[in-house]
Amino acid sequence: MYSPQIILEAALNGLMTGAVYALIALGLTLIYGVLHIINFAHGALLTCAMFAVWGAWAGLGIDPYLVILPLVPLMFALGYGLQRFVVGPASHGDDGNILLVTLGLSIVLENVLLALFQSDTRTLDTDYSFQVVALGPLLLSYPRVIGLGMAVVVTGLLWLVLNRTDTGKAIRAVAKEKLGANLVGIDVPHIYAVTFGLGCACLAVAAGLLMPTFYVNPRIGGAFVLVAFTVVVLGGMGSIPGALLGGLFIGVVESLCGLLLGDSLGQIGIFLIFIAVLLVRPTGLFGAKA
Amino acid sequence: MTARDLIPIAVLTILAALLPLVVTSSTVLNFLVFTLIVSLGAQGWNILGGFGGQFSFGHAAFFGTGAYVTAILQLRYGVNAWAGLALATAAGALVGWVIGFLSFRSGLRGSYFALVTLAFAEVFRILANAASFTGGAAGLLIKLDVRPANLQFDDRAVFYWLVLAFVAATLLLTRWIQRSRFGAQLVAVRENEDAAKALGVDSLKVKLRAIALSGGVTALSGCLYAQYFLYIDANIAYGSWISVELLLAPIIGGVGTVFGPVVGALTLHGLGEVAKQFAGRIPGIDLIVFGGVLVLAVAFARGGILGLLERLRDRGRGMVARGTKEVSHAGR
Repeated sequence: MYSPQIILEAALNGLMTGAVYALIALGLTLIYGVLHIINFAHGALLTCAMFAVWGAWAGLGIDPYLVILPLVPLMFALGYGLQRFVVGPASHGDDGNILLVTLGLSIVLENVLLALFQSDTRTLDTDYSFQVVALGPLLLSYPRVIGLGMAVVVTGLLWLVLNRTDTGKAIRAVAKEKLGANLVGIDVPHIYAVTFGLGCACLAVAAGLLMPTFYVNPRIGGAFVLVAFTVVVLGGMGSIPGALLGGLFIGVVESLCGLLLGDSLGQIGIFLIFIAVLLVRPTGLFGAKA
Repeated sequence: MTARDLIPIAVLTILAALLPLVVTSSTVLNFLVFTLIVSLGAQGWNILGGFGGQFSFGHAAFFGTGAYVTAILQLRYGVNAWAGLALATAAGALVGWVIGFLSFRSGLRGSYFALVTLAFAEVFRILANAASFTGGAAGLLIKLDVRPANLQFDDRAVFYWLVLAFVAATLLLTRWIQRSRFGAQLVAVRENEDAAKALGVDSLKVKLRAIALSGGVTALSGCLYAQYFLYIDANIAYGSWISVELLLAPIIGGVGTVFGPVVGALTLHGLGEVAKQFAGRIPGIDLIVFGGVLVLAVAFARGGILGLLERLRDRGRGMVARGTKEVSHAGR
């Protein structure tokens, strides 16, 4: 059997991986909560952001954490534009269509990246990639501790935006009652696009936090997006605290399953939870309605 | 079913069957066999997704089951390939029924159903990739032993005819569904499940029957895939790409129509080949085309290519009708 210290370390490591899952899921759940759509392009957009971080490091020598600052508005603009000019007009407001349009987008984005960068896996290394922080007897990876901290900060910021600003109020109004929001003068297509942009901005942060310890290739987004779906479903579609807690939980589950079942079976725990939650309680643990 | 239902299927099948007599290039035949295998799987998707309106994003679960069941039965138990084909189809139907039972009983619809099917396919992929029983990550190689009894043929044309026969049989099956009471109930469930229930349709039973049929047909295509290429691994058989491909074809061709999946698969793969010819060495160029066509189809051609053709025909008829009206006005 494993010693308690190994299990504790694995759990903490999972917690920190989970923080990044939470960030990815945050964008997904925000878009779901307001637009009531499942954004299949989320993974491909994450891959785009990761390549941007890698490119800034490889081409310009910019630190991955610093890239986050300009990348957030860029990804926001990309998301805004995609929703406003592609997803919105192409889907004629039908849920099934949106699913298909975002799927089509993800195929295009993924393969454009493949055409540009080939299928090679790329990494970047910084001085702190392998630094550790000692916490009592436990050694924690420094970039992952940063990741956990940032995930909590970003969740808090997003919560503030939604609850304390006029745009946030408008977003919540559209999420609750689209027609009513429109009647009181809220520009619904604009709010949809802002929401999509915010969701993509979360991906910029996630990409910056991932790259110091992770790698990127054109297909990497798919692996993350499936996990993010699980997180979103578990936390309750559209729930922001749910996404954070769900992400952390899934990170721990993945890490422990990996430890106990081996790497190739590690992810199976995630999907079994996913199926079980969908079958038993599709509203998730924090969701209000189906 | 009437003669009007049967004649187009019969004519097109006969024309397609004559192709290998004209075209002998093995590249073209290869392309046709692969596209027809995809068509068959897509026809399976279309029964559930097109007629039943339940969009599955995980039909790889059935495709892979068909491929693995036939391969494992032959390799590990020495079962005859033809019997393997029948058992694989049955296994696909069973897996379909079980997934359907679990998810439809929990009332999953729309996006939720799409997600749960995706997750099932992933679970199968991870299991097949890890278990030694399924050959693990190395995959399974079906022994090359070219005999008709082994479902392996010297001549590619024979395999083409075999796949074509299954595609034609599924066209007939789909046409029958469209004309049957079961099909009407399935469409009613798609259009408005609550209203269908209120009219006394047992929606769970109808959906279960659809997903079992759908799973069976798609498993058959997976089995033919394994039999043609004689090699499968978890990422081919249960990979998410096959799920996407099986839903792309009907959506591009015409969702919920008899010929839609075949038209869609031929169009997509035709375009993909053309793109590859033009763009040469750019990797993924055919898939960029696939994704672009999907977005365009949803944006501008609801009902796919067949829907577009029908609208053009109607517009043509409308003009003729208007024309006769004008003539009659002039006459008066």
